Amino acid sequence: MTGFKPRDWNSHAPYIAPGYKSTLLRGPTKPLVAIKPGLSEGTGPVFARAVVRDLDWDLTKNGCVNGAPIGERIVVHGRVMDGDGRPVPNTVIEVWQANASGRYVHKVDQHNAPLDPNFRGSGRCMSDENGNYVFYTIKPGAYPWGNHFNAWRPNHIHLSLFGPGFATRLVTQMYFPGDPLLDLDPIFLGTPDEDARNRLVAKFLIDKTEEGFALGYQFDIVLRGRFATPMED
Amino acid sequence: MSYGETPSQTVGPYFAYGLTPVQYGYDFTDLANFVVAGPDAKGEHIRVMGQVFDGDGVLVSDAMIEIWQADEAGQYSSEPVSMDNAGFRGLGRCGTGTDADNRFVFHTVKPGVVADAAAPFINVTVFMRGMLTHAFTRLYFSDESDANGTCAVLQSVPADRRDTLIAARNDTPTGPEYRFDIYMQGDRETVFFDV
Ligand SMILES: [Fe+2]
Repeated sequence: MTGFKPRDWNSHAPYIAPGYKSTLLRGPTKPLVAIKPGLSEGTGPVFARAVVRDLDWDLTKNGCVNGAPIGERIVVHGRVMDGDGRPVPNTVIEVWQANASGRYVHKVDQHNAPLDPNFRGSGRCMSDENGNYVFYTIKPGAYPWGNHFNAWRPNHIHLSLFGPGFATRLVTQMYFPGDPLLDLDPIFLGTPDEDARNRLVAKFLIDKTEEGFALGYQFDIVLRGRFATPMED
Repeated sequence: MSYGETPSQTVGPYFAYGLTPVQYGYDFTDLANFVVAGPDAKGEHIRVMGQVFDGDGVLVSDAMIEIWQADEAGQYSSEPVSMDNAGFRGLGRCGTGTDADNRFVFHTVKPGVVADAAAPFINVTVFMRGMLTHAFTRLYFSDESDANGTCAVLQSVPADRRDTLIAARNDTPTGPEYRFDIYMQGDRETVFFDV
């Protein structure tokens, strides 16, 4: 059986989330048509370890031109698992983010905050055989956006994962604990269930913090699980 | 012990230098691009293209489309995706921000029929700013109407909406092209699946 358990919609935002204005014209409005997952959803791309090159998982180094990036160095540890706690090994995690002043390298970002010549803000890593991953970066800054008057995105890192099948695809954002902007952010609040959206907030851990070098955070990622076989029940 | 799923969040407007860096001209490698099947792949070489429209009928210039498909023999690859663009890769990813007409364009081969299906199709995933969760759809082929008529998934779609899943074939001097426009809302809203 290659199928995955149904998506738990209680853990996700509705397509139309009125506080986040762009959803009003971009989210589908008609009910989704349910299909029984088959081969096309149970299979998915797999990647060789070689797609992660030496510096891809270190954003503090992979954009350096003539020095080191400005900002607070952090290390993000996490485990990719399914809803039953089974590790998801060998899955690529693509990451991208703003620099310490809240500016993206992206050409259409017009925010009046400085670019950092030594920070690109994108990279990737891969979970190991136990589902664990790690990457180094600079803590991203908050930035304004046009959703409403005085709208600011909380500090966040974008992450993209395939997981073991096409149906487990996940694009998400990792937030930081204690950020006062979280309670004001329509994207974070777009997930109505409070327990669910709090899973988007990383934990600060002193024992993952590297003495004299970088603050440590833990961000575990839970993808949909496979159907258990009768033997496992 | 069971764990709740990590919520999906929008890909946002600034995904390009992370997810589609080569297409958009950033100094980083990509995992996937417009080449789903390179020149060495077996099968009928085709292009798949389309535009994405919002609820006001306005072209979306910051969407990202991913496709996942079987090869010409109807097999999904279980091998690592090849990082040269020569053979069959099965995976494609394209943003709508670099084409003058904001199209996504993929170079691929027409897939064969997979073992548990009745008609050939391509899985299509839509991401964009303004979508907190991506949406899954399927591209079927206009020149497969007999097979399409026996496909259980297609037949489970309300009859008046089936057309939204059929890509129209156009034989051009540079090869066959299938057009698959995606409407997020409105009378022609594309059928999206709960996969
Ligand atoms: Fe962002």
